[in-house]
Amino acid sequence: MELGKDMNRRALALTDVRKQFGQTKIINGVNLDITAGERHALIGPNGAGKSTLFNLISGRFPVSSGSISLHGSEITNKEPQVINRLGLSRSFQITNIFPKLTVFENLRCAVFWALGYRYSFFRRVSALYDARESAEQTLAMIGLEDRREKMAGELTYAEQRALEIGITIASGSDVILLDEPTAGMSRSETDAAVALISRVTEGKTLLMVEHDMGVVFNLADRISVLVYGEVIATGTPAEIRANKKVQEAYLGTQLEEDEE
Amino acid sequence: MREMFNTGRLLLWGGVALLFLFLPLIFSGGFSLSMLSQMGIMIIFALSYNMLLGQTGLLSFGHAVYFGLGAFVTAHAINFVEAGAFGLPISFMPLVGGMTGLFFSLILGFVTTRRPGTPFAMISLGIAEMVAASALMFTTFFGGEGGIVTNRTAGGASWGVSYGPQIQVYFLIAVWCFVSMALMFAITRTPLGRIANAVRDNPERAQFIGYNPTRVRWLMMSLAGFFAGIAGALATINYEIITAEALGLMASGNVVLMAFIGGIGQFWGPMIGAVLVTWLQSALSNFTQAWLLYFGLLFLLIILFSPGGISNLITIHLPAWRAGVVKRLMPSYGFAFLSGGIAFIGVVGVIELLYRGALFGGVHVGLTWIASTLMVFIGGFFLRRAARAVRKVWEDLSPELARWS
Repeated sequence: MELGKDMNRRALALTDVRKQFGQTKIINGVNLDITAGERHALIGPNGAGKSTLFNLISGRFPVSSGSISLHGSEITNKEPQVINRLGLSRSFQITNIFPKLTVFENLRCAVFWALGYRYSFFRRVSALYDARESAEQTLAMIGLEDRREKMAGELTYAEQRALEIGITIASGSDVILLDEPTAGMSRSETDAAVALISRVTEGKTLLMVEHDMGVVFNLADRISVLVYGEVIATGTPAEIRANKKVQEAYLGTQLEEDEE
Repeated sequence: MREMFNTGRLLLWGGVALLFLFLPLIFSGGFSLSMLSQMGIMIIFALSYNMLLGQTGLLSFGHAVYFGLGAFVTAHAINFVEAGAFGLPISFMPLVGGMTGLFFSLILGFVTTRRPGTPFAMISLGIAEMVAASALMFTTFFGGEGGIVTNRTAGGASWGVSYGPQIQVYFLIAVWCFVSMALMFAITRTPLGRIANAVRDNPERAQFIGYNPTRVRWLMMSLAGFFAGIAGALATINYEIITAEALGLMASGNVVLMAFIGGIGQFWGPMIGAVLVTWLQSALSNFTQAWLLYFGLLFLLIILFSPGGISNLITIHLPAWRAGVVKRLMPSYGFAFLSGGIAFIGVVGVIELLYRGALFGGVHVGLTWIASTLMVFIGGFFLRRAARAVRKVWEDLSPELARWS
């Protein structure tokens, strides 16, 4: 299979995307193609601009120049909610949930728009069985059934991370962006998170920022390496491991550690 | 299915309906009846305010604008009916107020809801000031100092209801209050109501689940304006006069106090606030000239010691009630009440002495000064110990209560 060559199956395409804050150039002309159905990891040293790139794709920040398209339609500088409605959903590096809603309500809120309930104020939520069903399914998938009625703000860190992913995937978006889903987790929590991510992104397109190389080489079909706002290499895990430029610029030692 | 047939909730609403029905039989005096009427109006107003504050996280300092504009337009509508310009039964006049509130909150809300937090609070304050200033400028519509006078019997009598006697007005208010309460409660259980909570908690995340937080805030504000307008219309019918005070900053501030005193975390919190504040304003002002001072003191105490308001005080005791351990709280509570009572009497003594300007004046005044001050200190001293005892009991109970919360 020649991933990335088939233009029709391109889920996400970035063309010469640039971003600068004042005089500081964070993203310097990124070109990136994400094929539909692949799991793609974005790696790079701290400050390379990974999270900024996520923020540009998901509409949190406007780009300075360049263009971004989702399934072939232009989403450059559209508002986050508009991009989300087109089928792109993202999580956050710093947990970003609805702390005073119950876990179940967090997930149910995440499906309302996709099910067409929009801003309705004359339908009773208790009668919207599809919304409930959908939220229950996600709840089971992220393994928080016994926390159903707990306030999201009272969950443990790992549980909140799971909920963060749950909110992101609940509406059934087919392009998922996860920003450091295992940041700050213990080994066993990380393993659980990897299992969760591979389960919930089955059949979907995943783009994820991740620091843990174990997770990256475990999950990703392809990897892109971002250094100083530029993609210096894109390829399969084996190709990236072998890539001289990557080794020089960034990986080297870390790769060897993970191969023990 | 559990949520479809919630017998407990149905019983609760039935109880409220019965309460509204029988209250005027218990409190049948003229003073009580007009106070009950005012409470009904304020319940609608405070609940509508909490659609903004508690549910959407919008701290507005100008909610009386929609109450007041609804009231003024209703006053003119009633006068038009009296002049024979058009016919609309008085019973449906609250709809005129509601539509007015909706109209203005749609327009003004479009501007104010662009930003949450402090900018929203400041803009709402600015708009309140602007509308209050216009009320004094456009005297044809707002009636200047004298306001607009109406006649609630303008529609004539139908089926024996003329709205002459206060009891009939009370029931009109009670019906509208009940319907508004039910509708506002229902809205909390719709997709918009839930998303409003989500926007309150985290507007940014709401965007990434497909919602435009500005739109959510705007819609909630419009609905809140609608119910505030209903309350305003009922005020016009109740008092038969409406002045610019009704949409002023004092009135806007008052509803903030009601919501906070009652508690913004529960749907029914502001109802308690509305009832209590209305009662304090009418009853307390009969006892003492310094009632505003006491009122401010109450607000201060609640914000300091129970930021969730009275309703939160009630809900934190529910687990203890379910666990059947309330009686273990009683000794320390009794101690607290006793010492609090002593301190309270002392404070009242000091305030009254100060307020009446009785700084000097013979042996009696001197003794009262000494007694009051002593009581403040003695009560305060024991109150601190009582607070420690209360905290201790709660800590001891917490493992038992964890299961019941």
